[in-house]
Amino acid sequence: MADIAFLLLIFFLTTSSMDTDIGLERRLPPLAPDVEQDDAPPIKERNVFIVLVNKDNQLLVEGEWLQIGQLREKAKEFLENPNDSENLPEKEIKEVDFFGEMPITKGVISLQNDLGTQYGVYLEVQNELVGAVNELRNELAMSKFGKPLAMLTKEQQDAIREIYPQRISEAEPKRVGVK
Amino acid sequence: MARFRKAKKELPAISTASLPDIVFMLLFFFMSVVKMRDVTVMVRQSLPQGTELTKLEKKSLVSNIYVGVPHNQYIGVYGSEPRIQLNDQFAEVSDIVNFIVVERQARDEAEVPLMVTSLKIDEYTQMKIVQDIKQELRRASALHINYSAKKRIDNQ
Repeated sequence: MADIAFLLLIFFLTTSSMDTDIGLERRLPPLAPDVEQDDAPPIKERNVFIVLVNKDNQLLVEGEWLQIGQLREKAKEFLENPNDSENLPEKEIKEVDFFGEMPITKGVISLQNDLGTQYGVYLEVQNELVGAVNELRNELAMSKFGKPLAMLTKEQQDAIREIYPQRISEAEPKRVGVK
Repeated sequence: MARFRKAKKELPAISTASLPDIVFMLLFFFMSVVKMRDVTVMVRQSLPQGTELTKLEKKSLVSNIYVGVPHNQYIGVYGSEPRIQLNDQFAEVSDIVNFIVVERQARDEAEVPLMVTSLKIDEYTQMKIVQDIKQELRRASALHINYSAKKRIDNQ
């Protein structure tokens, strides 16, 4: 009995992989016809946070040369805009559950890369941007509910997601830097 | 003193009667936890690392696209440039739409909107191939994707 069970056990151990699939979940924009794009209202320059990654994996953020380590702080500052400064994004007052009327940023992060950019670096940049949003959400959750985001109820999480939406657009790359 | 020594001598052997139960318990644990390895990955996979990762919920709804440099035994035939692997064979970018359609047909109709495409891409790949795949996925309107990555262990 035990022998047969052992045999089966070893069979399952060898034929299986335990790895769980983890990663950055993203949504691609639908393929829109060209006509529709013209109708879209233009986004103001102060509302866009432009991140460029070139073929040598260097970063240009809002016209400024940055290291990947600095990106998260910069993105947080952009999305939060604590002092309502002129060159950071506008805010829109909206009614949110639990919070009442809250100013919500209109900021959009635009990530653009070369065709020669290394995928690992690209993903690292995305990771930092998603990290910036997540940190802001967590800070808000801590100050409002005294708990990290993951511990809140679904409604509370949705409210926080509404205040700090994750708007990261992956632009199509410029055709330079291909080997 | 004599009494103490007497007590130590009579140590009974451990009963092995419960051994099959324990083994069966382990067996069932592995059977439930584990998924069968269905695809042999033929390309090099050193996945990028991240900190903000989420787990993919339902494995049955995930279709995988592997990209990377082919392993040594395939380099002779397929070259040493990064290639796309769908299921068990190398493929071209143009095959992706078809692949998605086939994957959709294999699922229940109600589950199709929940499907996720997991991109398992080697970190040293150039973005050109990734971009082509993304365009192709948009064309197939498989918009929910997942950049597969490993958890980064911080040294701080």
